[in-house]
Amino acid sequence: MENYDVNKMPKKQFLSAQIDLSKFEKATDEEKQQQDIMGESTTFFKDGMKKLLKNPLAVASMIVLLFVITVIIVAPMIVPYSYEEILTVNGKRDKGAKNLKPFTYSKEEQKFIANGGERFPHIMGTDEQCRDYFIRVVYGTRVSLIVGFFASIIVLIIGMIYGSISGYAGGRVDLFMMRVVDLIYSLPDMLVIILLSVVFTNVLSFKSGSFLAALGTNMVSMFMVFGLLYWVTMARLIRAEILSIKENDYILAAKSVGASPVSIIKKHILPNCLSVIIISTALQIPSAIFTESYLSFVGLGVQAPMPSLGSLANAAREGLQSYPYKLVFPALMICLIVLSLNLIGDGLRDAFDPKLKR
Amino acid sequence: MAEPLVKVEDLKQYFPIRNGLKVNWLKAVDGVSFEINASETLGLVGESGCGKTTVGRSMLRLYEPTGGKVTFDGTEITKSNIQQMRKEMQMVFQDPYSSLDPRMTVEDIIGEPLDVHHLYANKAERHEKVLDLMDQVGLKADHAARYAHEFSGGQRQRIGIARALAVNPGFIVCDEPVSALDVSIQAQVINMFEELQNKLGVAYLFIAHDLLVVRHISKRIAVMYLGRIVEVADADELCDEPQHPYSQSLLSAVPIPDPKIARERKRIVLEGDVPSPLHMPSGCPFRTRCRYATEKCALERPELTDRGGDHFVACWNK
Repeated sequence: MENYDVNKMPKKQFLSAQIDLSKFEKATDEEKQQQDIMGESTTFFKDGMKKLLKNPLAVASMIVLLFVITVIIVAPMIVPYSYEEILTVNGKRDKGAKNLKPFTYSKEEQKFIANGGERFPHIMGTDEQCRDYFIRVVYGTRVSLIVGFFASIIVLIIGMIYGSISGYAGGRVDLFMMRVVDLIYSLPDMLVIILLSVVFTNVLSFKSGSFLAALGTNMVSMFMVFGLLYWVTMARLIRAEILSIKENDYILAAKSVGASPVSIIKKHILPNCLSVIIISTALQIPSAIFTESYLSFVGLGVQAPMPSLGSLANAAREGLQSYPYKLVFPALMICLIVLSLNLIGDGLRDAFDPKLKR
Repeated sequence: MAEPLVKVEDLKQYFPIRNGLKVNWLKAVDGVSFEINASETLGLVGESGCGKTTVGRSMLRLYEPTGGKVTFDGTEITKSNIQQMRKEMQMVFQDPYSSLDPRMTVEDIIGEPLDVHHLYANKAERHEKVLDLMDQVGLKADHAARYAHEFSGGQRQRIGIARALAVNPGFIVCDEPVSALDVSIQAQVINMFEELQNKLGVAYLFIAHDLLVVRHISKRIAVMYLGRIVEVADADELCDEPQHPYSQSLLSAVPIPDPKIARERKRIVLEGDVPSPLHMPSGCPFRTRCRYATEKCALERPELTDRGGDHFVACWNK
């Protein structure tokens, strides 16, 4: 085709579909090369992060979540009140600082300020026991987030190990392990949670000063309750995913190459479950936060005076008609956290699942 | 005659089908024997579900065979030495889409056999070996850092072939390596298989259902029906003068690119369905659909017998 002469082509007939070659230009080497070039390739992780950062919802959620985390870390250092402190003015209890509206001061405080004193504003007002409400919400968010993250990690670890053994081993092992899961699944969740949290709160005792004691028995018992109950869903999910991945030819190919079962699980199966693991962990956090709020709402969660978003909402219920903002703040906080975690989870799934690549 | 490279004797692969407490045995492969010489290709054809793929997988012990013996270069393959034998016997898979891990780069996919068998001293050597393999199968060096989903079917199959070649095997089971590909790509890949055979001296068991493809690449062809080999012969001889009635009907179904010849040709259309491998007919498995079936066929199972010139047929009447 190299020395093909355009002029020697038979002339185009009227109405024929023959292409008129004289109207075409030869492709230069540079243009030919452009056909060969594929998109720039990056590593799996970089590629995923790039796509995640392109997702505006996910980025916005990450910013919101980061902001919330920063606030709950920084705020207790700046705000001079503590979550259990009843407000005082000049060492005297300020009885007027009850159920204040946001950014208002009680009469005592106004006097104090008029005399040249400095008073940190009550950003979210105060509660019925004259405590600064903002710092209580901040601590409540702390508790909720800590419970959410740790509970999900516990659930993830137990569920992943159990699920991958069950899925990979298959056969009778799988049958037995899944019946155990069914058994736990069939128990009424709430009843078990309530019973366990009552039992654990009484049974657990820690040496004072230890890390666990700092967390408080209630929190630890809550982790254990989540760990004991909610891993079943994760185990089922991961088992189902492994069952389908196991049937792929690349697992067979790895076997035919001579790879050991451990390296097959590590190198082929778990990385391919990654999207399921990420998405279900990200969705586990809000569900744990919900459950924690619920437990605190019915009075089984963290112990007073330690606040949690659920117990704050419960307390706000009593004066709902007079002080609706007291329900709005913790409820808004739960919404923000849960929504942003869900959106991040979705973004992660879109970013890290190569099958969804467009 | 020299000792064959791969020798399969009476290979059996039964799968248990549990039906409540009763266990039925699905006889996917029921007593298959054949030999493959070094740098030779044996084609294995048959319709879907006749056990071609299972033969390949049982040979490599991807399934634990129920019975029979596979010998490679004089050594019998057992459970204990299979790890070493995997360096000698490799496999190319049918589906180039599911046989490559979507989370791994091409370099890691091809390098995996090298990792498993510790075939390199350092990272640089591994990289070099992978690039060399990629060059052999016609992939560019800058493809190494890419993921499998970035490639076309033909390129993916090349990656799969490079993975099989990584350990420098003497024998490769090609499990329908071209049936998932475009016809134009099929030709490229088949030519590459032939080039690699000439260069590296590997032997192939080439499983396919396209008789023309198999005839092109194979020295000898074995025809399978319901887990048994019914005819083995030299490729051209089998295609020109098939003896077994099943092979005859298979060949009569091969499309001919000339409509004039195709119109005059008489097609042998088989009646009925393939019997379930769970309930095999007695005697010859093909007798239920065979035009020549007699009483003897129902009573006794015919063995492969030599009809002269290394042409083996398992039939009472032919």
